[in-house]
Amino acid sequence: MAETFWVEVVSADKLVWEGEATQLTAMTTTGEVGILAHHIPLIATLAAGTAEIAASDGVRHIIAVDGGFVSVTTEMAAIISPYAALAHDIDVTEARRTLLNLEAKREAGDNSLATRSAYHRAMAQVKAAERHK
Amino acid sequence: MVASLRELRERNRSVQATQKITRAMELIAASRITKAQAAARATLPYTRELNRAVSAVAGHSDIRHPLTTERDSVGKSAILVITSDRGLAGPYSSNVIRMAERLTQTLLAEGREVVTYMTGRKGIAYYEYRQRPLEQTWAGFSDKPTYADSDAISDALISKFLASDEEGGVDEIQVVYTRFESMLVQEPRVRRVMPLHVVRGEGEHEIGPLYTFEPDAETVLDELLPLYVRNRIHFYLMQAAASELAAKQKAMKAATDNAQQLIETLTRQTNQARQAKITQEITEIVGGASALAEK
Repeated sequence: MAETFWVEVVSADKLVWEGEATQLTAMTTTGEVGILAHHIPLIATLAAGTAEIAASDGVRHIIAVDGGFVSVTTEMAAIISPYAALAHDIDVTEARRTLLNLEAKREAGDNSLATRSAYHRAMAQVKAAERHK
Repeated sequence: MVASLRELRERNRSVQATQKITRAMELIAASRITKAQAAARATLPYTRELNRAVSAVAGHSDIRHPLTTERDSVGKSAILVITSDRGLAGPYSSNVIRMAERLTQTLLAEGREVVTYMTGRKGIAYYEYRQRPLEQTWAGFSDKPTYADSDAISDALISKFLASDEEGGVDEIQVVYTRFESMLVQEPRVRRVMPLHVVRGEGEHEIGPLYTFEPDAETVLDELLPLYVRNRIHFYLMQAAASELAAKQKAMKAATDNAQQLIETLTRQTNQARQAKITQEITEIVGGASALAEK
């Protein structure tokens, strides 16, 4: 059995997930990182996308993240992302509809920051929900 | 002038109906405070992790970032005033507005320009009635702010702060909100959000773990500080929401108690009027009877 470490996933309004895990994989702005127990302390910026936790009970949790950080200390690892959400909490059809709406908006020439970040968020949610299936 | 019996009864009924409404509002406010407090508690892990990350970067290098840099001279200030969307909350909104007015006067007296941002319909109405300019307003979430609301507000404030003087940028941003001390005490407060003052966490004596930053400390800081600002704003909004609900509960409790007193007085008056009427009738009958008997 691989060694485990404590993982917390926090979004701006709640603690999304916490528990012992054997591995944490996240998409940073420079590429994918895999974190195992005893990883060196690290703070890395996350890209919009998905993160994956292999919990110590064997369950795989997929999380949609929209920017934010992964922070690793000697005691624990944390994903800090304002809009983090567990994949199985995401309503796929709803997320797809949002994504389509935003795509249409972007094609109509709306390239504002708000639209772009909402687009990335929706994209991350759809991806996470699809991977979860 | 003693009101007629019918009038008294009618007034009594109407006060009782009002009391039912105020009592319902009191109970609703009470149950929502519990929710607001739970929501505030739920954000604690995020705040803790964010603060830890900020102090990690702060401990790593000297922070040189536009958001934390003090301007040489402060010529233009912005204030964000957090008020409520609805009334019936006692002096809640007027207290915040008064505080904001005092702050504005002080800043103007120091020779600064002041731009005002406002959340909550009450504050907006106050300024619009006096035809005073508001830079930007938000409304509709005062008792239940979401993170997306804080996001929108923070983005506006951050870009205002980072804008150059020619583009109308400001040199500092202050927030006037109501701090939730307890169910009984809520106090308006002024806090400066930008430039940020970063606290170095547990202190410099303790040597924290040596972090690696990816891609590098500057980029991490670039990402981190706006999130930090948003979190502060979100905190103020949630404090204000809890305060608003507490003020509303207090006001509605006072209204209910007041209605109870009114009902008691009115009931007494009704009884008195009824007694007087009966007495009068008896006197009339007795008077009539003895007038007949004398014949």
